[in-house]
Amino acid sequence: MSTAAAVKGTAPKLKTSAMIASFADPGQKTASAPFGHALVKAAQENDKIVGLTADLGKYTDMHIFAQAFPERFFQMGMAEQLLFGAAAGLAETGLVPFASTYSVFAARRAYDFLCLDSAEPNLNVNIVGGLPGLTTGYGPSHQATEDMAIFRGMPNLTIVDPCDSIDIEQAVPQLAASEGPTYLRLLRGNVPTVLDEYGYTFELGKAKVLRGGNDVVFISSGLMTMRALQAAKALAAHNVDVAVVHTPTIKPFDAATVLAEINTDRLAVTLENHSVIGGLFETVASAVVTAGLGKRVVPVALPDEFLDAGALPTLHERYGLSVQRIVAKVLAELG
Amino acid sequence: MTTTTEEAQMTATQETMAPTTERIASVSAAAYRIRHHALNMGEVQGQGYVGQALGAADMLAAVYADQLRYRADNPEWEGRDRFLLSTGHYAIGHYAALAEAGIVPVEELETYGSDDSRLPMSGMSTYTPGMEISGGSLGHGLTIAVGMALGLRYQGSGARVYNFLSDGELDEGSTWEAAMGAHHHQLGNLTAMVDINALQADGKTDTVLRTEPVTEKWESFGWYTQRVDGNNMAALLQAFDNAAAQAAAVGRPSVILCDTKVGRGVPLLEEREKAHFMRIEEHEWQQCREQLTAGFEGTTGR
Repeated sequence: MSTAAAVKGTAPKLKTSAMIASFADPGQKTASAPFGHALVKAAQENDKIVGLTADLGKYTDMHIFAQAFPERFFQMGMAEQLLFGAAAGLAETGLVPFASTYSVFAARRAYDFLCLDSAEPNLNVNIVGGLPGLTTGYGPSHQATEDMAIFRGMPNLTIVDPCDSIDIEQAVPQLAASEGPTYLRLLRGNVPTVLDEYGYTFELGKAKVLRGGNDVVFISSGLMTMRALQAAKALAAHNVDVAVVHTPTIKPFDAATVLAEINTDRLAVTLENHSVIGGLFETVASAVVTAGLGKRVVPVALPDEFLDAGALPTLHERYGLSVQRIVAKVLAELG
Repeated sequence: MTTTTEEAQMTATQETMAPTTERIASVSAAAYRIRHHALNMGEVQGQGYVGQALGAADMLAAVYADQLRYRADNPEWEGRDRFLLSTGHYAIGHYAALAEAGIVPVEELETYGSDDSRLPMSGMSTYTPGMEISGGSLGHGLTIAVGMALGLRYQGSGARVYNFLSDGELDEGSTWEAAMGAHHHQLGNLTAMVDINALQADGKTDTVLRTEPVTEKWESFGWYTQRVDGNNMAALLQAFDNAAAQAAAVGRPSVILCDTKVGRGVPLLEEREKAHFMRIEEHEWQQCREQLTAGFEGTTGR
């Protein structure tokens, strides 16, 4: 505790820490750089795979691949339009590029290049975006809170929002094998390992029921599936029985599995590390409306605002992504 | 080093032989046919980017009738050189060149810009055989060309990559990102050709956004830079020969800056007030063709 805090008798303020703060809980099982290692493994089996980055290799775990395959790695400099134009050019010659930068730069800065150079000709270009949603305390310049909203409108693009190291390890070879462009919301560094306890395997385009429950059904993606599972355990102590459905592929969306789970008397809640606009909630809502279910859906999502800078635990609590805030919201809904 | 036209030609004579009269005549005839096709396509549409096609016809002829390695019966042939049209609206000229090359049937050109045609107004790879990329959103071509050149080199291909861009595209930051990238990666298999017609959508280039000094810019980015009269076939072929002579898997990328004249070859259009989208009256098309033919026959002495 700092002197100032001790004098005032208040708790110390948390620090923003590094650009990419970990959202892993203390003592949680993690895997180091799962994307980098998965890409190396996939590249050992598929000699068409190449890697690129825009001066963020070390920060997107691409450096693992660069060390393993220096001749198959291309540093494009801090030039995101070149990064994705060149990725399309590499794909035109039959290669399978994985191109990494932060999600904010991919979605906001280089959209035109992804849309016209890769998506329109349906090339196998794999976009790897770091810092999706609220996974950094650096403020709006680095927080890609609307990346899925931007990317969902791009025809041909597959969007994957992985929960943990298992999802990432299993998704990478499937992204390489799938036709057309993909966008992976990267979790990097020491990434929690969560889904191994649920007999789970990642299948591109599929939602999976991780646990059943009679009172509430959570539909979640990304790191919010980890929080959904934690919240489900916490709610059990309140005698609330919660099912969790993980939907790592946002587009194309597995509406059949999700609608079957929603079309019950249970309270339906979506949970996402993204703005309430244009992400998982609206994907689910449009499927519900299209099917004419007439069912209420409660969103747990980031507000339609530019978010504060600060420490991740502080911000997750402030904007409703923490387990505590999820539990409180569900109990309030159940009255 | 500042490379004026004269100096480029001087350097050229040291590096490569001057193109023969027969070769110049043969490629000039191809340029004439490309211009003729473009006028016919423009007439079908009643409008179009005819001025740009006429201005760039010599550059397109130099590529398709002289430089590019391709197979007309197999546009996807793996060993082909890649020609990337960054300026999608120049498609009218590119289709004419593809017809000259035998990749698109001449009789198909009349479908230009019509519903269900393989020849849309703005060029797209998904529509047309021989069209490598979807241009049109300007400033994309050179970034894609960098990736293609990297990919071909990595896979051991000796194919070269040509990117056609316009001086208007020098406004786009992405063009300069790519210029740096090509130099950094020493893409000696990449040649950019810039059509400097000094005209953009809103007016003359120097009133829209000054791009000069263009030669010095490319030189300072580390490119082998030549600037020529893009409507002088002898100078164009010499420049392409020089670029080819220094092309290598690992080496300097090269750029040929081509000063061209909008409407070139048709005095009626050369003298008309320059516009990005030139209006031509119904009765003028035949007059344009006659002027084009008269001019061509005049130069060839027929």
